[in-house]
Amino acid sequence: MQTKRTLFRSKTLPYLLILPQMAVTIIFFLWPAAQAVRQSFLREDAFGFKTTFVWFDNYTQLFSDPTYENSLRVTVVFAIGVAVLSLVSALVLALAVDRTIRSSQVYTTLLVWPYAVAPAVAGILWWFMFNPTIGILPYLLSFVGYHWDHSLSGFDAMILVIIASSWKQISYNFLFFVAGLQAIPKSLVEAAAIDGAGPYKRFFTIIFPLLSPTTFFLLVINTVYAMFDTFAVIHATTQGGPAQATNTLVYKVFQDGFIGLNIGSSATQSVVLMIIVIALTFIQFRWIERNVQY
Amino acid sequence: MIENRPWLNFFSHVVLILGVAVVALPVYIALIASTRGPNDFYSGVVPLLPGPHTIENYKQVLFAGISTSGAPPIGLMMFNSLVMALSIAIGKIAISIISAFAIVYFRFPFRSLAFWLIFVTLMLPVEVRILPTFKVVSDLGMLNSYAGLSIPLIASATATFLFRQFFLTVPEELMEAARVDGAGPMRFFWDILVPLSRTNMAALFVILFIYGWNQYLWPLMITTDPHYYTVVMAIKRMADVADSIPQWNVVMATVVLALLPPVLVVIAMQRLFVKGLVETEK
Amino acid sequence: MKFRTLLAAAAALTVMTPAIAAAKTQIQWWHAMGGALGQKLESIVANYNKSQDKYEVVPTYKGSYPETMTAAIAAFRAHQQPDIVQVYEVGTGTMMAAKGAVYPVYQLMKDTGEPFNPKDYLAAVVGYYTDTHGNMLSLPFNSSTPILYYNKDVFKKAGLDPNTPPKTWEDVESFSKKIMDSHAAKCGFTTGWISWVQLENFSAWHNLPIGTEENGFGGLDARLSFNGPIQARHWNNLKKWQDNGIFQYGGPVGGNDAGPKFYSQECAIYMNSSASRADILANAKGFQVGVGMLPYYSDVKGAPQNSIIGGATLWVLQGKDKDHYKGVADFFHYLSSAEVQADWHQFSGYLPITQAAYELGQKQGYYAKNPGADVAIKQMTLNPPTANSKGLRFGNYVQVRQIIDEEFQSLLAGKKTGQEALDAVVKRGNELIAEFQKANE
Repeated sequence: MQTKRTLFRSKTLPYLLILPQMAVTIIFFLWPAAQAVRQSFLREDAFGFKTTFVWFDNYTQLFSDPTYENSLRVTVVFAIGVAVLSLVSALVLALAVDRTIRSSQVYTTLLVWPYAVAPAVAGILWWFMFNPTIGILPYLLSFVGYHWDHSLSGFDAMILVIIASSWKQISYNFLFFVAGLQAIPKSLVEAAAIDGAGPYKRFFTIIFPLLSPTTFFLLVINTVYAMFDTFAVIHATTQGGPAQATNTLVYKVFQDGFIGLNIGSSATQSVVLMIIVIALTFIQFRWIERNVQY
Repeated sequence: MIENRPWLNFFSHVVLILGVAVVALPVYIALIASTRGPNDFYSGVVPLLPGPHTIENYKQVLFAGISTSGAPPIGLMMFNSLVMALSIAIGKIAISIISAFAIVYFRFPFRSLAFWLIFVTLMLPVEVRILPTFKVVSDLGMLNSYAGLSIPLIASATATFLFRQFFLTVPEELMEAARVDGAGPMRFFWDILVPLSRTNMAALFVILFIYGWNQYLWPLMITTDPHYYTVVMAIKRMADVADSIPQWNVVMATVVLALLPPVLVVIAMQRLFVKGLVETEK
Repeated sequence: MKFRTLLAAAAALTVMTPAIAAAKTQIQWWHAMGGALGQKLESIVANYNKSQDKYEVVPTYKGSYPETMTAAIAAFRAHQQPDIVQVYEVGTGTMMAAKGAVYPVYQLMKDTGEPFNPKDYLAAVVGYYTDTHGNMLSLPFNSSTPILYYNKDVFKKAGLDPNTPPKTWEDVESFSKKIMDSHAAKCGFTTGWISWVQLENFSAWHNLPIGTEENGFGGLDARLSFNGPIQARHWNNLKKWQDNGIFQYGGPVGGNDAGPKFYSQECAIYMNSSASRADILANAKGFQVGVGMLPYYSDVKGAPQNSIIGGATLWVLQGKDKDHYKGVADFFHYLSSAEVQADWHQFSGYLPITQAAYELGQKQGYYAKNPGADVAIKQMTLNPPTANSKGLRFGNYVQVRQIIDEEFQSLLAGKKTGQEALDAVVKRGNELIAEFQKANE
């Protein structure tokens, strides 16, 4: 790991400096995580009076539970939906901004602010837009003969949470794509233009390949976002329903543990999630390391 | 511009204007709803033009609270959100910059271990370890306190990384010069590193302020005393009234007030925000 | 001189304020009553606090029922529990099994020497919350039962008698058709609480078992059995009625979209808790509301039996000081008094919990002045309860309720028949109940 060539020497100072960070990390991250691992091997009643050590019972039960399988599937669909919707719309907007020179700053300002909106608030906003009784979108959809009802149709509910979650993520992706586009050497694009490649061809032969590191990075980020940071969106809108159609893995941890009071199962799910996050973070980290050694 | 294609330029503007409109639509609807009376939401479709109840709705939300959902006036909740967002942002920056300083400028036993321990915090979003973390916080007697709202969230791998990467780019000569002058590590930290990091800190501040303000599950869990409710967590409660219709006009007024501060921060400090965003994730 | 007295006064104040606070024992009460009910609850508490100077009850609104219950349990595990927590009826199984966590009310009253006669309470209400020896475990504070509301104006427009609510499901169907054909309203009926109204109460009302072992009263090894042919037929009908527009679904859990459908006169009939009465009257702008009993299938023997209750009770949690419990007992005594009960019942539509409160209401002429206000009580006490209609008691029932909603949604989405959906509820629900049994034995 990198450091400076010249270093300060002190026996105690560096420890003092990292102490606060370490203390918070150990008390509020590692200790609870260890507790979750411990709990995943126990069966316990809600109040915590009777505790039995059950080895891997919670795990076998979890993996044979069809609702967990469903939740896994829901999470994959949801993550792909959010990634595709927010990446594609962000890319289109970024390409458009890249063409407009004078007004790009104004457009950027008008497009980035949703990032600042809390996921819970975003959820409420779209929930209101999609309200089956008074919402504007179901009203518009009824003209094309579509009967919108996210309290009954799992498909509608999924669309609702995907849109609500993607909405604020577009800003984020947009900024990265704009930065990525600006980094593409103009000479390359110009050379292609002189060779007679139209904008469409240029995009697919030059721009998109050169953007692929950015796209890959955003894909990872968006997946992590969809999996872990969208709890509030779901809690504020569908609450995992109807019929578990939007019950993502993270929401299920909360629901089984906090509403259902099934602490063993909830802890087991936490452990599974931790393993998933560690894997995702590892991928992300590899990317960071590769890009930081300029 | 590579070549002049008027239709493509025109098309770009159309796309952008459409994009801006779609992105803004939900907030527009919310703004409109917050100006209407409570009876405009029973049936039909939501109103699309402003109504005459703006002042009255906002006054109710800010000072009187919403009786039907047991919500206290929002002024206090806005204050709580502010305290929480500021403590998280400042706390994260403070503890991250000093730990990055230790990791880059010192070599000590367990340095790698410390680095990795900090790194794992990235991997454990609060949602997946919510029950045990709740237990820890309540054992420490931190439920219903500003400390409980902020301290468990201030460990930050991203901020530590950012400062680490930045310190690695600081020229070695600066440090050598400082040592020739006989400056100790803390002197060097305060006189050289902190001033150099100012932009980074500001950029991070914007990101972290938003992060703190927008927290939802955490305050929902650990506050049982309405005096510590934050505005983001309270909205859901207002929209969720059993056996009766939500008062959309006041809910939406609250929504507007809840999203205003972070949005203003982003717009006012757009350049820093973009920098912060792109660098924290790089 | 003036400055000095001021200082002295300030000093005295700072010394005295904590002294005053310490003199009163604070009793924490977590509840789930939002809206107008929450305000009423707070005024009851305020009156109690004014009535004596030893205890101060502090009510805290903790969100929905499940949120309140889980918050209390989490707090108990962290030793931060309130003295009193309001738990809804489906949490009863969980609370009862937690012997070390709850302080049974009969025990509390005995230990503190508070006057308490279980016979004063209405058997139909309290029965739900007593153990097998007839001991009262928690104090029923707000109990309700589902009833039927209908729009009298729409009935009139459709050529129906506005003073005759539908009695049977056959009536519901034919009335609805008439209403829709005459364009008096777009839909016939909607309902809150699919689980509670259209399955649990439906079963009790038709004298059909909800589960084995007297619906779970007999022990932890009881299992669900409400997947009988009559329940399946009813669910199939609901699906059929949804398809032809007679019935509109109001969403899971309490059915938040059902109320607005009734208020906006989209649906003419609305089944929901008797405690929704105040809200319904307040929201029904521009039309008259009638009240009736729940409908039944006329060909089912034994129907109508009696409906079961819902709502919530107050549980006392262990681990507090003695003086706290004295305060809780004193407060419960106050809550059970005929005046407080009658007032709360008449305001909210919840059932009175004591005979005295009901009689007080009669004496005040409340039921004569408010026709329909006693439909709930009459429906509850229509017949002496059988093993199928005393109530229900299962562990993990909060999740079972959720499964009911999910499977009902599968039914409406056309993925399952009524029988398949109910079989799935029973199968999935029994797994959870077995899990609960394992964790608590």
